[in-house]
Amino acid sequence: MSDFVMPSLGADMEAGTVLDWYVKPGDTVKRGDIVALVDTSKAEIEVEIFQGGVIDELRVPVGERVPVGTVLATLHPVGDEVPVPVRVGAPAAAMPAPAAPAIAVTALPAAPPAPAPIQVVAAGTNHRLRVSPLARRVAAQLGIDLSQVSGSGPNGAITKADVERARPAGQPPAPARRPGSPPPAREPGDRQAAMREAIGALMARSKREIPHYYLQLEIDMGRALDWLRDANLQRPMNERLLPSVLLLSAVARAAAEMPEMNGFWTDGAFRSGDGVHLGVAISLRGGGLIAPALHDADQKSLEEIMAGVRDLVQRARSGRLRSSEMSDPTLTVTNLGERGVDLVHGVIYPPQVALVGFGAVRERPWAIDGMLGIRPVVVATLAADHRASDGHAGGRFLTLIERRLQKPEDP
Amino acid sequence: MSTEQDLRALVISVVCQVAPDVDPAAIDPDAGLAEQLDIDSMDFLNIVVEINARTGIEIPERDYPKLSTLNDAVGYLSRAQALVAGSGA
Repeated sequence: MSDFVMPSLGADMEAGTVLDWYVKPGDTVKRGDIVALVDTSKAEIEVEIFQGGVIDELRVPVGERVPVGTVLATLHPVGDEVPVPVRVGAPAAAMPAPAAPAIAVTALPAAPPAPAPIQVVAAGTNHRLRVSPLARRVAAQLGIDLSQVSGSGPNGAITKADVERARPAGQPPAPARRPGSPPPAREPGDRQAAMREAIGALMARSKREIPHYYLQLEIDMGRALDWLRDANLQRPMNERLLPSVLLLSAVARAAAEMPEMNGFWTDGAFRSGDGVHLGVAISLRGGGLIAPALHDADQKSLEEIMAGVRDLVQRARSGRLRSSEMSDPTLTVTNLGERGVDLVHGVIYPPQVALVGFGAVRERPWAIDGMLGIRPVVVATLAADHRASDGHAGGRFLTLIERRLQKPEDP
Repeated sequence: MSTEQDLRALVISVVCQVAPDVDPAAIDPDAGLAEQLDIDSMDFLNIVVEINARTGIEIPERDYPKLSTLNDAVGYLSRAQALVAGSGA
């Protein structure tokens, strides 16, 4: 028997609320399956399980907020002699409503015993509902069961309009929440306050504990942008690349050569990352930011990075990031150029040891080979942890990034 | 050939698909989409790609700035559509 616990989805998370279970007792799961939807203070995250097995019990009902490390579910290894639990086959909906006193699911009144052979069903994606955060809030306000709503959004996602259509005729637009219905995801104001608090706590810890040093380097982007413009001319609209893809690729490949920039400072020692998993800082509308991992970014082609970032941005916006994306980043990249700033002095995201920042690409006077010209220039900055590296290594890292950006055709 | 009203509805629906947390009623048609909705270059690219998929109108990269507000985008698409129709006649 093993436990599946509330994971830490980033160093700033202390507790999470189970918003939905995608499995029920008796379901067989394999490593990497998405088993639950959890609301951290920052986002709704699809939580993957890191161990295969057969779900025995769901211990935390939908709607309950529990600290990181709390056992959410127990499971048997596959092939184990499984005592026939009476709960097998009990629909997840039979879990006590969160409004009831916090009864663990263990205390569930015995459901009718299920037929003996345990249903072997992998956590299928068909069981999962794709719901925009706005739609989820509206549904909670209206007391609408989302499983009864058909989605018209991308990949069948349920949108606010779908929820409103599903409202029974004659029901007033926004009645009070139906008693016993699942609690809504946080109200936007609450979430913003909670996110502010989480970011504040983490950044205070970073500034308190990490001896930051800062470096900056101006990089001529002329060659990279010329190459990109020509490449995009040849591409259909949906295959065009953004300049930020070149920046991410350059950082990832440079990080692969500089292990001391890519990893974690934990328990008084540096541990290098197993792969370059770039945390891509994505600002959220309405405030706050989140930096999910682009896994193995140094191994990806520009097209793959573009597709990966597009997917991350889309899912960060619609509230569907996965747990591994929250906990895996080994080095974060933030690009504030879109907001017009020249450069960013980053605050490292603990327990990482470095953060690379980019400002806006601007035309500037630039001397090359004794001639003055006008070139598009970006300022790359590095904030790094002096416990893990020093300025000499940091300088080399920025120079490697610069060198990569001079050869965009060979990323 | 879509009317300007159809195009407006289409752009709003694409914006809300790319940015599901946007309230369509709150979009100011003359303010930059990027600033008012916190849309970044990736969101914007997704918007033009989706507009292209739904209308077939090809939007070159250099024209992206011409779609920066809702009204600008509707105007651009309406002209582009007329141009396509004209050349086809």
